[in-house]
Amino acid sequence: MGTPLLTVEDLSISFPGDGAHRVTVVDRVGFSISAGETLALVGESGCGKSMSALAIMRLVPKPGRIEPGARIAFEGRDLLTLPVPEMRSVRGARIGMIFQEPMTSLNPVTTVGSQVSEAIELHANISGEAARNRVLELFSLVGIPDPKSRYAAYPHQLSGGLKQRVMIAMAMAMRPKLLIADEPTTALDATIRAQILELLRDLSAKTGTAVLLITHDFGVVNEVADRVAVMYAGRIVEEGTRVELLGAPRHPYTQGLLRSIPKPEARGKRLEEIKGAVPRPGHWPQGCRFHPRCSSAFAPCATEEPARTVVSATQSARCHLVAKVVGEARP
Amino acid sequence: MTVLSADALLEIRDLKTWFPIRTGVLKRVSGHVRAVDGVDLTIFPGETLALVGESGCGKTTVGRAILRLLEPTGGNVWFRGQNLTGLSLEAFHPYRRQIQVVMQDPGSALDPRHTVRDCIAEGMDAFEIGAGYEDRTRRVAELMGKVSLDPETMWRYPHEFSGGQRQRICIARALALDPALLICDEATSALDVSIQAQILNLLADLQAERRLTYLFITHDLGTVRYFATRVAVMYLGRIVETGPTERIFTDPRHPYTKALLASIPSLDPARRSTRPVALGDVPSPERPPPGCHYHPRCSVRLESCASVDPPVIAFADGVCRCVLAAK
Amino acid sequence: MHWVSNIIVVLLAVGGVWVARYAASDRYWRESAIQLWRRRRLALVVIGIYVFVAILDSIAWVDPASEANALTSGKPRTVIDRIFAPEAFKEASYSAPLASVSFYGNQPLVHPGKHLLGTDLLGRDVVYRTLKGARVALLIGGLTSLVVIPIALLFGVSAGYWGKRIDDGVFFAMTVLASVPSLLLLIALIMALGKGTVQVCVALGVTGWVHFCRIARGETLKLREADYVAAARALGVSDVNIIRRHILPNIAHLIIITFALTFTGLVLSETILSYLGIGLDGSWGQMIDQARNELSRTPIIWWNLAGASAALFTLVLAVNTIADAMRDIIDPRTRREV
Repeated sequence: MGTPLLTVEDLSISFPGDGAHRVTVVDRVGFSISAGETLALVGESGCGKSMSALAIMRLVPKPGRIEPGARIAFEGRDLLTLPVPEMRSVRGARIGMIFQEPMTSLNPVTTVGSQVSEAIELHANISGEAARNRVLELFSLVGIPDPKSRYAAYPHQLSGGLKQRVMIAMAMAMRPKLLIADEPTTALDATIRAQILELLRDLSAKTGTAVLLITHDFGVVNEVADRVAVMYAGRIVEEGTRVELLGAPRHPYTQGLLRSIPKPEARGKRLEEIKGAVPRPGHWPQGCRFHPRCSSAFAPCATEEPARTVVSATQSARCHLVAKVVGEARP
Repeated sequence: MTVLSADALLEIRDLKTWFPIRTGVLKRVSGHVRAVDGVDLTIFPGETLALVGESGCGKTTVGRAILRLLEPTGGNVWFRGQNLTGLSLEAFHPYRRQIQVVMQDPGSALDPRHTVRDCIAEGMDAFEIGAGYEDRTRRVAELMGKVSLDPETMWRYPHEFSGGQRQRICIARALALDPALLICDEATSALDVSIQAQILNLLADLQAERRLTYLFITHDLGTVRYFATRVAVMYLGRIVETGPTERIFTDPRHPYTKALLASIPSLDPARRSTRPVALGDVPSPERPPPGCHYHPRCSVRLESCASVDPPVIAFADGVCRCVLAAK
Repeated sequence: MHWVSNIIVVLLAVGGVWVARYAASDRYWRESAIQLWRRRRLALVVIGIYVFVAILDSIAWVDPASEANALTSGKPRTVIDRIFAPEAFKEASYSAPLASVSFYGNQPLVHPGKHLLGTDLLGRDVVYRTLKGARVALLIGGLTSLVVIPIALLFGVSAGYWGKRIDDGVFFAMTVLASVPSLLLLIALIMALGKGTVQVCVALGVTGWVHFCRIARGETLKLREADYVAAARALGVSDVNIIRRHILPNIAHLIIITFALTFTGLVLSETILSYLGIGLDGSWGQMIDQARNELSRTPIIWWNLAGASAALFTLVLAVNTIADAMRDIIDPRTRREV
């Protein structure tokens, strides 16, 4: 396969807390994405997934800080050491990003066409008629019906689904190699969500763009992702292919999450719940961060943080129980 | 034609809430946003009726109209056989004890300046339930226990609790009045997946224990299939189909219901869902398409659908508002 | 009339204690007060000094006949009066700060080297007059605000909560008042009501309530749509109780900040009124007004102006600094969660 398109290593992000010490919200996270593949970063609110994505673009809001020791290699270059003007050319041209709320991401006082065109003119050396044609091409690519008339529309005249398509068009304008999508369908209706997910799948196949998809919804994961990484309390606790993770998850948290999703077969019975609540940054338990809520916790869980156990060529989990099972299975 | 079901807890006939659109200098009424446009619903005691639909369909407005948080423009609402329509707010007041609500965002549904005890006791204060401050505090402690919250924490403020715990506080607050009907307006939509399961379990337990009836307003079909006894599907202010949950999911009649079900992403890694069945976008309720509201997006529409209002076809187990259902 | 101000001092003291006890019992206010003390200690101390001086100048009593002397018999004298004994502590006319001779004519002074800021046209000690001005300033700023704010609240919250006719009426009144240049309206009112403390306060009040009323109305409109207000209505809470329990506490931060800003605005407005000759007697504005003539003389007589301006500037600066800090501390949106 060659070197991955994006490799994140040892990414830690901290924010100021009460007093002198800082609170870690993302803790030594590492993952990689190959060209053309879609990686879903899954977790509940507060696990640090959005912050990790922002770190790739170096858009972590102040007073947050990426701790030294982190490395984000994109197309062979370490993004964290790039000078700002170069980073700016990477952002938007080589890596595109779309956010959850299309309503607030678009400027309400200019037409959507001119906003996308502005993004193009910023990075490419074309303007005027050529830029406009490029925009219309993009609108067709993302499935916006009647692109010519939509070019002159203002954001408030468009529905949520159309706005999100405009955002995707803007992000794809320079044919980036990587598209970061932060909860792109959470704010959309069910029928529109299906359309946007299909769009993301098709776009990735057609243009070869890799996608980093941040979400909390496993249904979305199943629709779009090739590989999945599950985050909990700032760490990646399990990763694997879509089939592995949804069909045979190894980490108790992933298992618990999938079991707690209401399914028709569970009708009339209590849903399996994970007792307790996600610990807030700064209040993470000792040892394995999930252990107070884990029904399979045993001796080492309360004191030692589990190391990464490789389960197969593509699947790994950070869990003492998995380590024990895998260790016993080996002759 | 109004047919009142003898044993219904809540019955709604032809409910309308139209919001006037005022334009021009003189603020003339140029039209109406028909948020709820002739809705019929019947809820039986002890059941969970799910009211599903996408944004703009009017389901939340139905809930608010029942609670008289906004005034219906037309139609009738009966509760236990009593006609609530046209009652003044003072006359409606006693019914508020029987019909309560849990809202979507527990963060904004609790006044940040009130302690949890005061939040939960608020309804009791309004209806003078209990023998005084101490008695109400005792009841608050009991209720908190019922929703699995530590009563010792009643003196804290909402922001010190997690999202799931805040929703439990809201549920305790609603239960304090011992209602017969609880309207859950997207009560689990803003919660994380693992917390949703906890809250759904809690709601199921409470329903069994107190013989509660739920009107479960949501857009999350996965939860509906697990939790609801009957389903009513709304689109642009109208009910397009009703029926028992299993039948709706296995054998939907209305094209919109089919499209909605097709858009649920599956969790089975062996199966990705087929292409989406509903085309285009959800129209805005200000300008609903003529004839059948769904016809522009419908894959099986007829010529007549663009001009003729679809009839409501009644079946043994529900209704369907589609010309094709009669076949 | 001195017993009126004595009673007011007692009432203020009682009211102050009551507010302090309420604030101490409520965690939100207690923490806000502690934060404020940590961040703006100096400003709070400065204001404390001003309040102390003003109170000293409000407590007055008449000497019994046996102790009276010819100069002071029968007139109520405040604590400040008694400290400074202005009837005796004066000169013939101007004298420079800490001088031993008079400004014009170089005549020896009655109290050489004792006047820290010199004396004015009538030979009165400038420090004494500056201190007396504190009471006037706090009266204008504080008392008027205490009257203006509840009225503005009443109209603003009613208009915002119930809307429709009430809103139309209040909005109409607000717009009319805001359309008249406030200075002209002030002048007209004072000319109609006559000069005097109460009259000036009333006039300032009439022109001052609109600003806060608008803010209160806007905030109420917003709060009315809050989920917890809808929940309260669903729970059967009456409108009045909703306003009392949900709306007012959530605009309390606005009230306090507005009080601070209105206070300074009023004090400065009075200065302008004095410039037009219709301000209050003994105020700093009056001193500044008198300084107009003094500045054009050679050599310049500056100490009258210096005393009044310094006092005015310091008070306004202290209050504004505290208002700024309070805005961050008590606005529930910018508070850091505990």
